[in-house]
Amino acid sequence: MMIAVPVDETKEALCVSFGRAPYVLFYDTEREQGQVRENPAAQSEGGAGIQAAQFVVDGGAQALVTVRCGENAAQVLQAAEIAIYKAQGSAKEALEDLKEGKLPRMTTFHAGFHGIR
Amino acid sequence: MTVAILSGKGGTGKTFLSVNLAAAAEQAVYIDCDVEEPNGRLFLRPRAVEQRAVTTPLPAFDGARCDGCRRSVDFCRFHALVYVKGKPMVFPDVCHACGGCSLVCPQGAVREEARTVGAVETGARDGIQVVTGILNTGEASAVPVIRAALAAGLGQEDTTIIDCPPGSSCSVMESVEKADYCVLVTEPTAFGLHNLRMVQELVTLLGKPWGVVLNKAEGDYPPLEQFLKETGGTILASIPFSPELAALGAGGKLACRRSPEFKALLQGLLTRLREECGA
Repeated sequence: MMIAVPVDETKEALCVSFGRAPYVLFYDTEREQGQVRENPAAQSEGGAGIQAAQFVVDGGAQALVTVRCGENAAQVLQAAEIAIYKAQGSAKEALEDLKEGKLPRMTTFHAGFHGIR
Repeated sequence: MTVAILSGKGGTGKTFLSVNLAAAAEQAVYIDCDVEEPNGRLFLRPRAVEQRAVTTPLPAFDGARCDGCRRSVDFCRFHALVYVKGKPMVFPDVCHACGGCSLVCPQGAVREEARTVGAVETGARDGIQVVTGILNTGEASAVPVIRAALAAGLGQEDTTIIDCPPGSSCSVMESVEKADYCVLVTEPTAFGLHNLRMVQELVTLLGKPWGVVLNKAEGDYPPLEQFLKETGGTILASIPFSPELAALGAGGKLACRRSPEFKALLQGLLTRLREECGA
């Protein structure tokens, strides 16, 4: 299974923002290998969450582990049937927690930051 | 002449000045571009009001034609489009209605549907034509409704007053774009002055001539004098703080029709504005 984790500049800790995270870690649980890729939405003028969600969908992820997630991004991820899990801190620990079934599913999604409701 | 009335801060008296200025002109067009809370009509009480819907185009995809090339999705810089599980998906709140997606789609799979975002109301009373832009609650962008209100009201009379939204964002830029002159309304408070600076920067960037109307004035306000010295601006008129004017406004009355002093002040301001506009 491919798991996407938005990470900050350290490339090791979860980024507090999903849409604006500088990198996304794509972790393949079968091959036990991760690849850190630049998030094309990080510098986006608008709709960053939507664009980042598209990036995660295109990366073949089946799950996303994130600190928080906006409504629009959640809609894209749900349409793509990608499970959204909530975590913070170290990406490595979060992936271990996910493997052990200790991560909760994310159920609340924040509104956009551009004054759209 | 087309005069835009604006202020950074809300509650300084934009609408109060706009409706009374239009009424003092006797023959005028009043355009309410404060489309999120258009209140001018409450004072001017237009008759024979007609309403017309304002729509913006929203893309809709024909699944049978779409071959998944993703050109429209990649083209959308606002990221209003995504492609998930072999299907394009639209985010109406994020779409800026630029029409680009339908232009770049090689399959002709994008159709534009009209989405109603608000309305423009037109009416008249006592020589004043009243044009009101009304944005539907929850809509993100005021710009399409402002454009429609301006299109309905501009070029009809010698004197056109544009009542702008507060702030200094896109909606304000849109409202002042066609104006010959900008009247910046302020009040003698730190908040009023701070936001006056913001709109002064904006209208200067847009190359508009401008002047200040000080509302609720109580004697001198030295920080404003200092600001005008720095920017080369002038006070066109100073409306004194007056419980009588405030009560008339709060009662939905046109203060200029009840207070001869206020009417004289506004007529002086109109003369000054005509000189400034070279009209």
